[in-house]
Amino acid sequence: MTSKLLLVKYAEIHLKGQNRPYFQRLLLRNVRQAVKHLNADAQLYDSRIFVTGYADESACIDAITKVFGVHAVCPAVQIDKNDFDAICDLAADLMKDVSGSFKVAARRADKRFFLDSPQICAQVGAHILRNNKQLKVDVHQPDHVLNVEIRDQALLYVKTYPAVGGLPTGTAGRAMLLLSGGIDSPVAGFRIAKRGVQLSAVYYHSFPYTGEPVKEKIISLAKILTAYCGPIRLFVVPFTEIQQAIHEKCPDDFTTLIMRRNMMRIADMLADKNKALALITGESIGQVASQTLEALACTDEVVSRPVFRPLIGMDKLEIIKEAQQIGTYETSCLPYEDCCTVFTPRHPVTHPKLRQAQLAERPLLDDDLLEQMIQRAVEGTEVIDLKP
Amino acid sequence: MVYLDNAATTRPSEAVIAAMTAAMQEGYFNPSSLYAPGYSVGKEIETFRLQLAKSLSAREVIFTSGGTEADNLAILGLLQNSRKKGRVLYSAVEHSAVAEPCQRLKDHFDVATLPVTASGIVDLNAARDLMTPDTVLICVMQVNNEVGAIQPLEDLIRLRDELCPDAHLHVDGVQGFLHLDTKLSTGIDSYALSAHKFHGPKGVGALALGKRARVNPLILGGKQENGLRAGTENTYGILGMQAAIQDHRANDHDIRALKLRLVEGILAAIPESVINGPEPSSSEACDHIVNFSFPPVQAQTMMHALEAERVLVSQGSACSSRKKQSSRTLVALGLAQSRMDSALRFSLSRYTTQEDIDQAIDACARVYKNLRPFTRR
Repeated sequence: MTSKLLLVKYAEIHLKGQNRPYFQRLLLRNVRQAVKHLNADAQLYDSRIFVTGYADESACIDAITKVFGVHAVCPAVQIDKNDFDAICDLAADLMKDVSGSFKVAARRADKRFFLDSPQICAQVGAHILRNNKQLKVDVHQPDHVLNVEIRDQALLYVKTYPAVGGLPTGTAGRAMLLLSGGIDSPVAGFRIAKRGVQLSAVYYHSFPYTGEPVKEKIISLAKILTAYCGPIRLFVVPFTEIQQAIHEKCPDDFTTLIMRRNMMRIADMLADKNKALALITGESIGQVASQTLEALACTDEVVSRPVFRPLIGMDKLEIIKEAQQIGTYETSCLPYEDCCTVFTPRHPVTHPKLRQAQLAERPLLDDDLLEQMIQRAVEGTEVIDLKP
Repeated sequence: MVYLDNAATTRPSEAVIAAMTAAMQEGYFNPSSLYAPGYSVGKEIETFRLQLAKSLSAREVIFTSGGTEADNLAILGLLQNSRKKGRVLYSAVEHSAVAEPCQRLKDHFDVATLPVTASGIVDLNAARDLMTPDTVLICVMQVNNEVGAIQPLEDLIRLRDELCPDAHLHVDGVQGFLHLDTKLSTGIDSYALSAHKFHGPKGVGALALGKRARVNPLILGGKQENGLRAGTENTYGILGMQAAIQDHRANDHDIRALKLRLVEGILAAIPESVINGPEPSSSEACDHIVNFSFPPVQAQTMMHALEAERVLVSQGSACSSRKKQSSRTLVALGLAQSRMDSALRFSLSRYTTQEDIDQAIDACARVYKNLRPFTRR
């Protein structure tokens, strides 16, 4: 009797000590969630996750390779370990259509098994060679590796699909991603989520300067991220009033910087409400005027929690490449025009001093204007829950 | 809601919905079938084909999936894989459905554009210079879809007859059909129309051919449409289009007066606003389309703000609203960038009421006043 299953391997969790079961449990939960819609189930056994019950194998593999914490997925065949001839026949069958060089890699988790690992390799390998004359053995750089794992049952597999890696989502608390329609911010969110952090996201909507299509684009981007990191709560903040007030009252060259400061303030407040421990932005040093070291210091000043900028040392081309790998690039490039250019000064300040920024912002502080506007923006925030 | 984007598409009329519902419920048979119910649907379609051909004085009418396909069929069906050589001319304000097929021909033909005047009308002096004896195809639309300019087809036909009598004249009539009287016998060789621009359904249109025009099919796989367009006929759509035409002729509605009311109202309420294209009251301007610029407010911002006031207008042609560049039409008119960036099209239909117009004027004035102070510095 043989049966098919997916063998899910994890990597960094192996380094964990006493809290390893906690990481394993969350990984198992996330894998289950990822394959639930395919009617598959997952079990943890012997530092491996076994996924069974699926009908569409490739969809299942695709879903699991996106789960943070998974190192690789291998479609395997399971067989009774007590019938060694059957194992050899199965191995020969799995290798019957391939040519080139191969080796057998054995792992004997059940140490009571009557052969040790080198013996398994030798015997199974010999049987494969007898049945497929196109193959030759190369134990150093083989084209194909047939894996045999002896556990409760014997498991045989040839193919390995590398997965996204990282740590299971939910093992590291929550952070708030400042999501724009651009290429960078989804990548930044991905990088932090990869380390097990659960994401919330905030988007600043300036109707009528930005229309409904832009909002839909943001929702699509967040939705792509949910395939990796699970549910995301998206906050859509009405930002027009603040933007117009900045434009009216503050010096031109500081408007972008002051806008950034107020975006951060609002994100900080929403993070507080939403129990997010940090903010995430897609900033990279020097990319635009508001991303110089001086400008970053000016925006950090208004925030009460850590701001993570995982792209800070990356080039634009590197970021684009990663966006393409994650699958957010095409959506980010949709050309829904963002009319916020009205509010973009022609010559923004590139090396602002904190003192200057505070001074430039002062006209907004009269009569608690800014405080009230921020209050209104937070109260008027629309909450959208996105699921994978 | 005030819907002023009828150049993008129109609301289907009751008569159209009724005709299509009946066709779906009872007349769903394949017109190529040989039994009576199928045959009878075929006959209905053929009757309509003859009526339409007669009213346009066309030799033949081919039903298509819409205006774009009709334009493609006229242009590529005439010249793609043809052994002819020579010049292809199209006006600088043509819809992409004409411009792109013409550009497709540029490896084998000398493709050039006919410049237009500041009001969007083909410049006849320039046309005279460009119409060389070897010209094989001239494409000029009847009414421009963005600024509503009516093209001087009679003059162009006269020039064609004088300078290159063999050249095929294709007219994109998508915005002109039913608004203007059209006869192919005046010298038009092919004419494209689209049902959803006159309260008919989407997904259906027609190409009418004049007496000397011959095209090759672009879609193969059956003998429908006299072998010129394979595929089972869109019977519901075709009958819906028939109902739309009949219905239109039965309705008399002074759209032009409403357009002029809109123009007067907006120019009075917003002194900075300007008209793009022909003077709205002149004979060069069509009844249902008018284009304004509201500098310095960005068109898209103004459009969204009007949307919030429940007034729907558009930024140029809907077919290109997702592109970032300025509209080809507005560029051809030679407008300044600030004017192109703030251009909005208002287009009316027979369902537009005076209240709609007044509401739109009000909304424009209010929205403009709010947005005016926020300009890029």
